[in-house]
Amino acid sequence: MSCFEDEPVPGYPLPMLPGHSSPGRLERTLRAGHFVVTSELAPPDSADPAAVYERAALFDGYVDAINATDGSGAHCHMGSLAVCALLTRLGYALIQQISCRDKNRIAIQGDILGGAAMGVCNMLCLSGDGVQTGDHPEAKPVFDLDCMSLLEIARTMRDKATFQSGRKLEHPPHVFLGAAANPFVAPFDWRPLRLAKKIAAGAQFVQTQYCFDIPRLKQYMSRVRDMGLDEQVFLIIGVGPLASARSAEWIRSNVPGVHIPDSVINRLKGAENQKAEGLQLCVDLIQEIRDIQGVHGVHVMAYRQEQTVPDIVTRAGILEGRTPWHPSAYDGDATVQQHLENIQ
Amino acid sequence: MYWLRRWSVRHARALELTYQVVERCLLIVSPVVNRIGHSRLEKPVAAVEKLVKGALFDCQMCGQCVLSSTGMSCPMNCPKSIRNGPCGGVREGGFCEVKPEMRCVWVEGWQGAANMKQGAQIATVQFAVDHRLKGHSSWLRVIRDKSADTQASVSLQAVADTARVLRGETTAAPDDAAGDRSS
Repeated sequence: MSCFEDEPVPGYPLPMLPGHSSPGRLERTLRAGHFVVTSELAPPDSADPAAVYERAALFDGYVDAINATDGSGAHCHMGSLAVCALLTRLGYALIQQISCRDKNRIAIQGDILGGAAMGVCNMLCLSGDGVQTGDHPEAKPVFDLDCMSLLEIARTMRDKATFQSGRKLEHPPHVFLGAAANPFVAPFDWRPLRLAKKIAAGAQFVQTQYCFDIPRLKQYMSRVRDMGLDEQVFLIIGVGPLASARSAEWIRSNVPGVHIPDSVINRLKGAENQKAEGLQLCVDLIQEIRDIQGVHGVHVMAYRQEQTVPDIVTRAGILEGRTPWHPSAYDGDATVQQHLENIQ
Repeated sequence: MYWLRRWSVRHARALELTYQVVERCLLIVSPVVNRIGHSRLEKPVAAVEKLVKGALFDCQMCGQCVLSSTGMSCPMNCPKSIRNGPCGGVREGGFCEVKPEMRCVWVEGWQGAANMKQGAQIATVQFAVDHRLKGHSSWLRVIRDKSADTQASVSLQAVADTARVLRGETTAAPDDAAGDRSS
């Protein structure tokens, strides 16, 4: 069963609908008014493509698009573009993350063209974590661009078919542009305005940092709605399961930008099975988030617990009977199976 | 100097007024500056600018000063060089993700902007820096940009002059400022 009636053979682009920026499933699903689910794939520390296929297959049928992270946490892993190359050939919907930390504007514009050429329909424009948080703190932080300039450049490439230099592109990249947002850290009153700034720079969807604080999210969303921003951008809220109270405390003090209130840690501490409680907490948060007006989906980040994503999505009941596209849907189709096997 | 930088943000309104006066003075002296030639003045003016702005804002001489749009907090002090901050890594209490002992440049800037008359400019998207301009004077650039109208008419004059030359007619000597504009 495919998600759309006009699904091509996996690895080929869908027809682009009028008014859409990309031929991708994520944009289609959002514009159709569905509550979307995205997740992120932990790129392997390996040169074996099988590792990427296995990790993607964990999400089969439960997510609308997969984020290919770009050296997240400033740690070395397989590159974002390579993960996209492997998975778009199988037909997966990817969100190519582009960080400004490691590449200058020349390399980044090349990656945008390359990603789009391989069938990436969504790009997430990030400034990136500082190198000091990663495994190579001695590395040179590039930061030639910031997320806002990156959005402007990507939009110019798409809409005006030129590089930032003004040099003409033969074929523009048809991409749906995303950005990150963090409503949970200071300065709180500035966060919705910063979202407005990202929209002005070209953001069409945003994925937020982990949400563990519903009142803070509600406050943010209320301002976002007052400013009419929820009509201009699709908001996908970040969530994830916490493995234990100890790991929550560690994340809180060591991962900048992640805000975990005491109440969450106490809830985990008080549980008999902390891991199960962490999953239940994630499900509860998703259900509360779904009911907030102006929210268009959730981004499930289950770092090192990726196998829990189907369970979380099922228990939260957010797909409402939908089964997002996945290659195993073609199990009965010998031609497509042969095609997929040839690729792998 | 970190403490002076923070003092400047706290006094963003006063510095905004001071800068408005400086800008007016720059425009008054612009004909003289244009006559002397921007390339000749670049080094000494940049040196003075570095001294003054370096002390007050820890200015990094990016050559494209946006202090008026960033609450008088220099974005080049952001370890990620974000010109449209703050990033999502701001620590509890408004401290920097990369340098935990330093207040986030943009949390500071947001407070500075709140005190400024033109503070709303912080909502304008600032494009990435042009690295060719690093080390160059922003004040001279202001003179060039703000006298754009004059420049445009000078450029039109230059076109007319060229046309006359092509037609074999005589022309006046080219304006020094016009010849210097690309520097």
